[in-house]
Amino acid sequence: MPSLRYLENVATLKLNAEKCIGCGMCAEVCPHGVFAIEEGKARLMDRDACIECGACAGNCPVEALTVKAGVGCASAIINGWLTGKQPSCDCGGSC
Amino acid sequence: MSENSCCPPLGNETSCCPPSPAAADVCGSFGKDSAVSAPRLTDDRPGYKLWPFVRGWLDSPAGRIPQIATRLTTADIIGRWQMRWGFGRARYSIAPGLYAIGTPSGDSPVLVTANYKMTFDIVRRDMHDLDAWLLVLDTRGVNVWCAAGKGTFGTDEILRQVRRTALGEVVNHRTLIVPQLGAPGVAAHKVSKACGFKVVYGPIRSRDLPAFLNNNLKVTPAMRRVTFSCSERLVLTPVELVSMWRHILWSMLALFILGGIGPQFFSFSAASTRGSAAVAAGLVGLLTGAVIVPLLLPWLPGRAFAKKGAAAGLAAAVLGALVFVDSLSWLNTLALILTVSAISSWCAMHFTGSSTFTSPSGVEKEMRKAIPGQAAALLIGGLCWLASAF
Repeated sequence: MPSLRYLENVATLKLNAEKCIGCGMCAEVCPHGVFAIEEGKARLMDRDACIECGACAGNCPVEALTVKAGVGCASAIINGWLTGKQPSCDCGGSC
Repeated sequence: MSENSCCPPLGNETSCCPPSPAAADVCGSFGKDSAVSAPRLTDDRPGYKLWPFVRGWLDSPAGRIPQIATRLTTADIIGRWQMRWGFGRARYSIAPGLYAIGTPSGDSPVLVTANYKMTFDIVRRDMHDLDAWLLVLDTRGVNVWCAAGKGTFGTDEILRQVRRTALGEVVNHRTLIVPQLGAPGVAAHKVSKACGFKVVYGPIRSRDLPAFLNNNLKVTPAMRRVTFSCSERLVLTPVELVSMWRHILWSMLALFILGGIGPQFFSFSAASTRGSAAVAAGLVGLLTGAVIVPLLLPWLPGRAFAKKGAAAGLAAAVLGALVFVDSLSWLNTLALILTVSAISSWCAMHFTGSSTFTSPSGVEKEMRKAIPGQAAALLIGGLCWLASAF
């Protein structure tokens, strides 16, 4: 079966290799195998697989990772456009 | 201490809740051979109803803890189907707090989960024959991954429940097993700094929990990767359709009214024939975008969901045009192709919210491109259809 891949070159994930201490938390929490730990540092192996969930950045103890995290959901983004707020799934339990 | 809790974690004398019958020797009876009492009528409290999954009570240094069944009942399975079809999803939750699976002791692992009852049911079913503590967070009845995205399954709520349940008194160790998909809301290092409990991220799927627990809390790479198989996609489609029922009904009404417009200003027979044809076309677009696209997702062309939806809608419309080639004018054929593709594209785009591999940046990018196209196709298609009456 062909693998499911989404748009390329859109993910906002950034890794600051200088700050990285190679603890491996990012590789542990990432549900899409974006990271690998090589020679004591995290490396971005597959940035296009990133869904910007924010798990890696939130669990990085030295703040070496940044990502504009949010929900990848059309309804949430439309909600955000209409209300002028951050995209949110809180549409009364319908999503 | 927890200010939101009516029951202080320790000390029955200051509790506002009625002391439990076994409160007198809570500490003495704790452990592997602790007293397990079956639920009795006296366990009911005024205004409260005992959940059927409570099999008995376990006495712990932090009070009585409900021991839960690991076999699901027919009612649990019916409830799950109701959720899959979107009935009562906003109130399918259980009380947060500490639960016992099997007969856990102070050394048993602590699993953290959400208080969406479907989640809770799947976890206890998968933990059949094992002993563990289940710390249920208050996620307002939302599943782990979505709640983690919103932050309700998160560091603060873990800290709150650890304190509220006096977990440190119940277990001897200091490890919490948090589902990996809870990680977007949790900062493991902040949890351990604030309450001394170390967060270990467990497998994504609860069915991997027995293997994970038997393997010294080691996760295999496959347990770490999220999937989106055919059945995982299919199971999410009914709720999408049901959530749109209001839009569907209003659109149908509008189509019947617009279908009646013609040379003689308004005709009821045209409203019925042209209206029902348009409703049928709309439903084809809807089902293509919301059911066929999720099913055929990996095989449809393009990466953007809107594109996949437009392609599937175009194919469905061309098929329809071929079937009804004798009765469709060229204006109607054009209308069919444009509107079905647009509706299918729109519905498919909304499936991004159910998918496991789309990023917000990507969804926003495809929406900015797709929505003008969808609107133009719908408008031109609609005008063709209206013009075909004259």
